Amino acid sequence: MSATTTPPAGQPVNRIGLLKADYDGRKTTLCPGCGHNAITGGIIQAAWEAGLEPHRVAKLSGIGCSSKTPAYFLGRSHGFNAVHGRMPSIATGVSVANRGLTLIGVSGDGDSASIGMGQFVHLVRRNVPVVYIIENNGVYGLTKGQFSATADVGSTRKTGEANRLMPIDLCALAIELGCGFVARSFSGDQKQLRPLLKAAFSHPGTAILDVISPCVTFADHEGSSKSYAAVKEHDAPLHDIEYVPYFEDITVDYEPGTTRDVDMPDGSRVVLKKLEVDYDPTDARAAIDALHDARQEGKFVTGLIYANPKAVPFGEELRLVEEPLASLGEDDLRPPKSVLDGIMASYLEGSVSASGGGG
Amino acid sequence: MRSVKPLVNDFSIHVATVNGSGSQTANNVLLRSILQMGVPVSGKNLFPSNIAGLPTWFTIRVSEKGYIARVEHNDVLVVMNPETAAADVAMMGPGTLIIANDSIKMPEIPADRLVYRVPMAKLMEPITKDVKLRRLVVNMIYVGVVGGLTGIDVAEVEKALDAQLGRKPKAMELNLAAVRAGYEYAAANPPASPVPCRIERRELTRNRLLIDGNTAAALGALFGGVTFVSWYPITPSSSLVEALMGLLEKHRRDPQTGRATFGVVQAEDEIAAIGMVLGAGWAGARSMTATSGPGISLMAEFFGYGYYAEIPGVVWDVQRVGPSTGLPTRTAQADLSFAYTIGHGDTTFPVLLPGSVGECFEFGGKAFDFAERLQCPVLVLSDLDLGMNNWMTEPFEYPAKPFDRGKVLDDAALEKVAKFERYRDVDGDGIPFRTLPGAKSEKGVYFTRGSGHDEAAHYTESPVVYARNMDRLARKMQTARSLLPAPELRESPGAEVGLIAFGSSHGAMVEALDQLKAAGVDASYLRVRALPLHAAVHAFVERHPRVYVIEQNRDAQLTERLRMECPAKAGAIRHVLHYTGLPLDARTVTDGILAHEGVPVTEGASR
Repeated sequence: MSATTTPPAGQPVNRIGLLKADYDGRKTTLCPGCGHNAITGGIIQAAWEAGLEPHRVAKLSGIGCSSKTPAYFLGRSHGFNAVHGRMPSIATGVSVANRGLTLIGVSGDGDSASIGMGQFVHLVRRNVPVVYIIENNGVYGLTKGQFSATADVGSTRKTGEANRLMPIDLCALAIELGCGFVARSFSGDQKQLRPLLKAAFSHPGTAILDVISPCVTFADHEGSSKSYAAVKEHDAPLHDIEYVPYFEDITVDYEPGTTRDVDMPDGSRVVLKKLEVDYDPTDARAAIDALHDARQEGKFVTGLIYANPKAVPFGEELRLVEEPLASLGEDDLRPPKSVLDGIMASYLEGSVSASGGGG
Repeated sequence: MRSVKPLVNDFSIHVATVNGSGSQTANNVLLRSILQMGVPVSGKNLFPSNIAGLPTWFTIRVSEKGYIARVEHNDVLVVMNPETAAADVAMMGPGTLIIANDSIKMPEIPADRLVYRVPMAKLMEPITKDVKLRRLVVNMIYVGVVGGLTGIDVAEVEKALDAQLGRKPKAMELNLAAVRAGYEYAAANPPASPVPCRIERRELTRNRLLIDGNTAAALGALFGGVTFVSWYPITPSSSLVEALMGLLEKHRRDPQTGRATFGVVQAEDEIAAIGMVLGAGWAGARSMTATSGPGISLMAEFFGYGYYAEIPGVVWDVQRVGPSTGLPTRTAQADLSFAYTIGHGDTTFPVLLPGSVGECFEFGGKAFDFAERLQCPVLVLSDLDLGMNNWMTEPFEYPAKPFDRGKVLDDAALEKVAKFERYRDVDGDGIPFRTLPGAKSEKGVYFTRGSGHDEAAHYTESPVVYARNMDRLARKMQTARSLLPAPELRESPGAEVGLIAFGSSHGAMVEALDQLKAAGVDASYLRVRALPLHAAVHAFVERHPRVYVIEQNRDAQLTERLRMECPAKAGAIRHVLHYTGLPLDARTVTDGILAHEGVPVTEGASR
């Protein structure tokens, strides 16, 4: 692998010897200033810092502006830009076929909260291991600014038309469905986004990251609740976040009692520094309350909203062998002739297979 | 009462019961007993869209000549359902035998039918006091009566019963008592006139077993090395996946570690089912799903995507009649055109058409080879008749060939090539090479998307590149024509008439060929086994002056395809269609062809 080639002198490499540039993708084709580009940058930075092996990553997406972005990061990883709203089912198939891959799924609010809602909730309830990033701007960008199902009540389109329907909160939904990692962030807050991404990479099940990501073209005006100005004004962080990976021997010095730790199964640690209130991300009921209160106050709570890293991931639920199913050979997969002969003998002796009714 | 000789080993028994009454075990025992008498037999279950309470029928055809198709008229009727008694009896012609539970009020029956009433409730009294059990076990009384009257050796019934219930001694004892009570009653109460049907022992079923197409398909998938299954329950395909799950648990989970070499996911709908199949196929699994017409309708978008992005996966469509509600538990071959071109944009798909349970097994495994070789979703079109009914067959043969995993470049192979381009046709067959995520070599990395990609899988909207790629995909389907199973041919040298059919019609076709011969029509027969059509199909059409296509749909879907692909012969291609929801019978085929040929149809020529 390319890690063996010597990097240019003076440029920093990560723990597997790769430059940050090795995590780049192709040039973005999204609008200049799009929040999604900042998230792409965050993913590149976080993947480099976490030392993800590019060949062990698969990038998956549905359809929409957000779903185009996997082409713009991790150019050394396989990518799969699927059909609208169906990234979760693709992710489920990939994950079962190859347990060794880290899946980064990128979706949008239209992709996940409308057309793909069914697949979203079922992926979450199965706890399929995927870092599921929702680039949430409240509008359909590619089709020119229609409201999505996450648009806030009262938020307006450029035409002045206001949304009157209740928004769907994908984080609240994920918590209700038992998701073990639920976070919300803002594309303009890299300091918060990067540690959340790195923590998500070490989470063994579904990690939901709902990232508010303003649409500069269709939702950055006065009256839009997801404009840069509005999000900055209403962003209410639950805590300051630091991620301590298992491979780095770092001690973070905080005054006793001012932090909470979330221990990840791989030995990494998420350190949450308390702000005004002492927020406990392991309390699902408190998490729902926080989301509810924030909505009442017209705010976005951001940070690690809920964490339960011990939730059983789907591959374990199915009790799969460690080796990827995709690499198993004929010896593993085709039972010997004696098995078929035995089955045929039982039918010759009188077994009759059961057919039957229903509708 | 007709005084003709009894029908020996050539008749049909129609059992009318209530869904959920436990008659299935009774019918299977009867079926097995006849098979054990050495006489070929087939069984068809006609059931409603209901779990319990509605009428259901089971037809057993006994045929020394080995005919297995449905017949329009039955020779023996067993009346167990008061609701349908009048209509059931009205279907029976002169000289037939009607066996009835004597508690059922019977309509007026002409004297030329032999009516045999059995006091079933009374016979059940000494067997068990449990009313619920009586209702279930009473079916075994008619098994005993039918066996006694038609000459089935009681020992064969007992053996068949043992195979079904031997592991449950209590149930075995009760059911056996009921069978014997039926036999004893028949022996002690000879009917008023000779029984019109007899079974005599033969040696025609040595090494033959009974199995349904869905179980056969599941076995095929097991030995074909399936690693990923996703599905959404739908009749008549559910029993395929249920059977497969049982087989996988037994044969592909390590008893020591409890670890599985397969994943089965019950999806939230058919869209998710095929999404998972394509995700797994993309990552290198042998992946499949099973569904029916409504399911493939929902899957259409992913089919289109899978064609363009070139991702393997296997989809079984066990066909049924149109949309529910209504006839979802009846059979049809009406998804053919849709399946072949399903999806948006210019798309065609390999479609396998198994015509027997043996082919359900064979294609159950080979479908993965074709999907991985051709890098696209492959459909297998079975139907309710083939999938859910029990068919007599030779034991399945262990696959002779190793898996074909197609053109996959692993790290070692990537080392050896100068460069890898995902969508470049390197060797002219239209099929590019692919790599799997997880491969270490950076050379193998590519990005999958729908229509806009060049040979190197880079994004492009270039009109020239798009058209070039579409032409290559068309070339790939040309490769498929000769790769997929060739048609099965029964040529009658010099015959002017050529018959073409596919799938579960095969049983009726074989019988119809004999009927046509008897009527003076000499015909060749070709059974299509896959789309796109093999060159041998075109050649068959070309060399027969008159071609008749027999299909179980209204719109003559295969006929239309043949007319398109053989335009010079379009006027010579005609069809015989059957679309009642019931399995095809030989008489419909024969009479349809005789009418086309201008040969008068003789009434009652069905035997």
